[in-house]
Amino acid sequence: MPRLSVWAIRLALLYLLFGFTFGALMLAGKGLALWPWAWAFFPAHMEFLLIGWMVQFAFGMAYWILPRYAGGSRGQSAWALAAVIALNLGVLLVGLQVPFQWPSFTLLAGRILETLAVALFAAYAWGRVRPTYPPTGSK
Amino acid sequence: MPILTRAYIKTSFIYLALALTLGLWLAAGSLLPSPPGLLPVYFHLFLVGWVTQLIIGIGLWMFPKFSREQPRGNERLAWAVFVLLNAGLVLRAIAEPIHATEPAPFWGSLLALSALLQWLGGLGFVALAWPRIKER
Repeated sequence: MPRLSVWAIRLALLYLLFGFTFGALMLAGKGLALWPWAWAFFPAHMEFLLIGWMVQFAFGMAYWILPRYAGGSRGQSAWALAAVIALNLGVLLVGLQVPFQWPSFTLLAGRILETLAVALFAAYAWGRVRPTYPPTGSK
Repeated sequence: MPILTRAYIKTSFIYLALALTLGLWLAAGSLLPSPPGLLPVYFHLFLVGWVTQLIIGIGLWMFPKFSREQPRGNERLAWAVFVLLNAGLVLRAIAEPIHATEPAPFWGSLLALSALLQWLGGLGFVALAWPRIKER
């Protein structure tokens, strides 16, 4: 597994852990009528799990397993690295804006970074989504 | 494909079907009123039961091997994660609408227990996957 995938998937696992933790606190708090402060982490719960965990996991796996170019190259890896960095900055800005009461423009900045990250990764991965040569499993 | 992965993937498909069925019920609210507390159940059946469980099943199959003797790491832990996640999710799906309709300490406690079970399942998966996410 290439280093960039290791970073992306391990970061995704950390988001899974924190996202589940916030979710568990909110759900248990709902049942026991405790910890109303945990609901400040509702945006973080959603952002960490939907983007930080699921999207980033997909980035990490795709960088690893999509068909490579001639000579085993994974192409413009700097684009994929930029996508992972932008995605993580975006997730943190969007997810933590409410609990840390950051100014509202951080929400917009975070969303812009997330969108940029997806555009960068799509542009990066576009050329790797192709038939493999020689084709495997087909006649 | 190992039996562990098959269990995760097939169970995830059941949750997908359940989530979409709940989605139908929610959409038909004017014809067939749904209890409160069903919307978060719908989201979590979809995102935990279907998406996350599918990812876990495929991840446990495809990640680099833990070792030659234990290619998928601690399989008992992997089964424990399966049981914890599913027990927690099913418990939530039952307790949350009931607790939202008529709050009672019993159903509230089950909701808290479901949170603990799912959290332990998530923690277990991270512990299981972390050492397998490595450069070859």
